[in-house]
Amino acid sequence: MNPAQTFRVALRALIRNKMRSFLTALGVIIGVAAVIAMVAIGEGAKARVAESFSSMGSNLLIVMSGSTTRGGAFGGFGSMPTITWDDLKAVQTEVPAVRTATAELRTTVQVQSEDQNWATMVIGTTPEYFEVRSWSLARGSGFTQSDVEGGNKVAILGQTVVDKLFGSYSDPVGQSVRIKNVPFQVIGVLAKKGQSQMGQDNDDTLIIPQTTFQAKIRGGLQKYIQGIIMVSAVSTEDTPKAQTQITDLLRDRHHLQADADNDFSIRNLTELASAMQAGVSTITTLLAAIAAVSLLVGGIGIMNIMLVSVTERTREIGIRMAVGAKSRHILAQFLVEALVLSMAGGLIGVGLGVLAAQRLASAFGWPMQIRLDIVLISVIFSALVGVVFGLYPARKASRLDPIEALRFE
Amino acid sequence: MKKGITMAASEAILRLESVTKTYQMGDVSVPALVEVSLTIDEGDFVAIMGASGSGKSTLMNILGCLDRPTSGRYFLAGRDVSRLDRDTLAEIRNHTIGFVFQNFNLLARTSALENVELPLVYGGLPTRDRQARAREALARVGLADRVAHHSNQMSGGQQQRVAIARAMVSQPKIILADEPTGNLDSRTSQEIIALLQAQIGAQLPSPEAAII
Repeated sequence: MNPAQTFRVALRALIRNKMRSFLTALGVIIGVAAVIAMVAIGEGAKARVAESFSSMGSNLLIVMSGSTTRGGAFGGFGSMPTITWDDLKAVQTEVPAVRTATAELRTTVQVQSEDQNWATMVIGTTPEYFEVRSWSLARGSGFTQSDVEGGNKVAILGQTVVDKLFGSYSDPVGQSVRIKNVPFQVIGVLAKKGQSQMGQDNDDTLIIPQTTFQAKIRGGLQKYIQGIIMVSAVSTEDTPKAQTQITDLLRDRHHLQADADNDFSIRNLTELASAMQAGVSTITTLLAAIAAVSLLVGGIGIMNIMLVSVTERTREIGIRMAVGAKSRHILAQFLVEALVLSMAGGLIGVGLGVLAAQRLASAFGWPMQIRLDIVLISVIFSALVGVVFGLYPARKASRLDPIEALRFE
Repeated sequence: MKKGITMAASEAILRLESVTKTYQMGDVSVPALVEVSLTIDEGDFVAIMGASGSGKSTLMNILGCLDRPTSGRYFLAGRDVSRLDRDTLAEIRNHTIGFVFQNFNLLARTSALENVELPLVYGGLPTRDRQARAREALARVGLADRVAHHSNQMSGGQQQRVAIARAMVSQPKIILADEPTGNLDSRTSQEIIALLQAQIGAQLPSPEAAII
């Protein structure tokens, strides 16, 4: 008896009991579909986290000024400026693990075009800002070092600001906007970036040189940075190294004693991102494990029905043995039946799981990530379930005494 | 069955030597066959008769290689088969023995053709040869026009004919029929017996014995 014949006999036996076969396979179908959908959702969430972090910038570290203590009230980081523009220059040039660095000063002000006005976040910064935040321009150009040195009144608009002040389809490059009644020439428009992970609109912003910011928008001590430093490390692996190197550099520049606290703080966003991704992964694994349990229950369902089937078909087994079926023929027949049930269930489950993942992904607005290895593992696992749970009933069938089996009513 | 019947053993297809079968029922051993010796020659048509409980079925099971004797020896076509394992016995049943049962024992919801094909499936014949031989066997029992009918769509007589076709399709050396007419009316019974006799007498290529 060759495999094709065994398969045909098994298939015919299953088709004879369509409803029962379907219900038996349903356990596996639901199990596999659940695993696929859960992992796809988890991967989607992970991709979403990565996406929102990469929208902030690549391999990003943020350096903030230290805190003030006035009459026992701690002012929070950044409340006392301790980092100077010279510090920024040193970070840019002296730290090997740093690719580039920039400063970000921000405040919210009213911005006017000829006939519209809009309150938005104005950012004063250096030309490196666009590289650090991996932010490209949709139109026009960014400002240059000479714009910064000259304190030129040039502005780069975010897409939302363009929409509010000029309308969605207009090209504002070359026109002017007024910030605190100071006219600025628009030289570029930023590419659309969407929401930050906090739900803020990244595109609701306007970028100008930091010198112009300090001169025209918000005055202050020219020596200190009244904002944060954003650092882009050479690579993701180098972010911890960059963090220690910057710490050493700043401590040295600020002449801190060995036992003194840092008068600044550094946040590693890459670490935060990978920590969040690891958290999501853990939850995904947990969900998949729970789903896998239902696959196991499906396997027990198969075993149950196969046992019923063996009892029901005892006489058939007896007849087959009487005309010359060997133990292995009977074993193969029932094993293949269990295998066909579980494999069919697995394949249908994959289809359903992918469908469910698509539905959920579009409902949550997440990117859909079907992992091929998970699909493959699910199918193989369901086949394994078929073999493991089919083996006992099949062995039972193959060991029947032909005389007893023939006499069975 | 306690007495031995011995026949002239010139070309014995089947020979029992002091075969005993004892069933163990808990602590009690129940003897079903005691020291049975029996020889059946090629071409013989033998009936085994006896009262209920006399051991007919036990003897049939041993002759049919479905069971093994507790002691004694059984030679089938010159080969001692009394100590062979399950799978070897299955092979012998497949090639050498054809069964006809009282209650037909056809596979339910399966066509006559497939029922007759069954021994050939386990004999490892390719599909085309199998179907040709199964059709031929069905034609010999007068059911050429019923090949596609399922067993539950046929009368008892027709079902038993299918069973006979199945018993003969692998050209066995012996056909064992266990009360083949027990479930049939007297007219059909005669037809079935006549059919069996005719098959044994003339149509099969190899000489064989039938035991009813």
